[in-house]
Amino acid sequence: MAEAALALHNIVKTYKTVRALDGLSLSVERGTIFALLGPNGAGKSTTIKILTTLARPDSGEVRVAGLDALKEPQRVRRVIGCVAQRSGVDVDSTGLENLTLQGRLHGMGGAELKSRVSSLLERFGLAAAAARIARTYSGGMQRKLDIAMGLIHRPEILFLDEPTTGLDPEARSDLWDEIARLSTKGLTILLTTHYLEEADRLARQVAIVDRGRVVTEGTPESLKAELRGDSVQIDLASAATLAAIDRCFEAVPGVHDLQVTGSTLHARTDHGATAVPPMLLALEAAGIRTSSVRIARPSLDDVYLRYTGRTIQEAEREGRQ
Amino acid sequence: MTLFRESWYLMGRLLIILLRQPWYVALTLIQPIIWLVLYGQLFRRVVELPGFRSSSYIDFLTPGIVIMSALFSSGWTGMGVINDLDRGVMDRFLISPVQRTAIILSRLMNLSVITIVQSLILFGLGAILGARYPGGPIGLFVLLLAAILLSMPFGALSIAMSLTVRKEESVIGAVNFVLLPLTFTSPVFMAATLMPGWMRTVAHFNPVNWAVEAGRGALQATASPGAILLRVGLLAALTIASGWIATRAFRSYQQSA
Repeated sequence: MAEAALALHNIVKTYKTVRALDGLSLSVERGTIFALLGPNGAGKSTTIKILTTLARPDSGEVRVAGLDALKEPQRVRRVIGCVAQRSGVDVDSTGLENLTLQGRLHGMGGAELKSRVSSLLERFGLAAAAARIARTYSGGMQRKLDIAMGLIHRPEILFLDEPTTGLDPEARSDLWDEIARLSTKGLTILLTTHYLEEADRLARQVAIVDRGRVVTEGTPESLKAELRGDSVQIDLASAATLAAIDRCFEAVPGVHDLQVTGSTLHARTDHGATAVPPMLLALEAAGIRTSSVRIARPSLDDVYLRYTGRTIQEAEREGRQ
Repeated sequence: MTLFRESWYLMGRLLIILLRQPWYVALTLIQPIIWLVLYGQLFRRVVELPGFRSSSYIDFLTPGIVIMSALFSSGWTGMGVINDLDRGVMDRFLISPVQRTAIILSRLMNLSVITIVQSLILFGLGAILGARYPGGPIGLFVLLLAAILLSMPFGALSIAMSLTVRKEESVIGAVNFVLLPLTFTSPVFMAATLMPGWMRTVAHFNPVNWAVEAGRGALQATASPGAILLRVGLLAALTIASGWIATRAFRSYQQSA
């Protein structure tokens, strides 16, 4: 088997007193789209910085395209492209100038660079705006220019750090199509996101990152399949402890993985539609009032909840505090 | 070779941006022009003081203002670096295989172009106001060389500071609290012979003084070639030392990333 495109082993990275990465390990096959899924502050961007030679870990091994990234960063830089979270577009230059300079920094030139630049501008629908200052571009256009710059030197591996953050829904779905198309050409893509939908839609492999570690990984389907049955969410109108709820479900068969986040009770059942009426009756009997119920097929959100004990939205709120 | 090719392309970007905002160039010239015109008038009779050793104040002032404006332009170099850091442009360069030295060198090359253009405009304005020099074209060449060699170390230090501190305020602070005192303890406005004794001692170690003495000395044909060479050599040595510091600052930036 060919060596993995990316391999991280036991990476630790500390910023002053904050441990951003706490023994993170990861392996990404060649030619696949791999998503790092987690809330802001989980360590995704730090992972990208280390893989792209921008930062050095305190300890651990980093291999990129079969090279030791800590010993040979310069060789790694030739085979990777990166679209950073906060963009790298020089907004005072035109799209054409941005792309051309990026090509030159990778040692390209002459007719080859010229044709590569114009084909990328064409491909990302930027040809008409090529001579305009990038400051005048929409968010979606700037992101596309970012991606074109990341691809100019035909890298083996492309990093996309939160590629659709800050884009409106239309631009987001447009970009998803572009990213999906890239993967058909043997390019390895490592994508970070805190949108479950994005990972679900684009990635062949997903690793869930929480507090600087990978808590679980697999295909989106296998992760969801681990969660038996349907997800049931019941909004509680009166306060209740998990223990009390657990007791009242003893008589209801097939209810498991109980968790309470805020005033919402999360549960998994083998068959949601038949389990809900007895669940509600049991809560009612125990004096716990309910306000609404939702039944859904398992999503990556449920996977995240199961492995970290909180929803992504909660983790984001925590991260902001 | 790669280093120069890469620096050249990176400088190209900076020059194009500069040409798109010519008002910015004009803006940076307003202050030195005010100095030149107002001080030139205000202190016209200062040359009558015994020991001034110059017969026309505008002759005296013009090379001083050229050096002073080169100094302040170099101080602002770090602002562009902070811009690049804030916008993620710097990280994009650092992820590419471009040499780190080229990123610094391109800014210094761009600064040299700015310095030459500014110096020639100010020198021309001085001539319009009546400045005349026996030093001729060689004198002008030495003045330009001194201006560039002064702007290199301060440009490199400004870059180094912006890479370590990463705040616009600190660049602004440094320009005001370091460059202004350096200017006033040098013979930009006043002949060294008329400075208080302690100030003259300080001036010996002041690079701004070296640049002014070299440029003005060559233009007015009052300094010996040896004295000029010594000062140019000191400035060159300072350039090399500051370039080394700026490269170190890059390393510290990457370690803190």
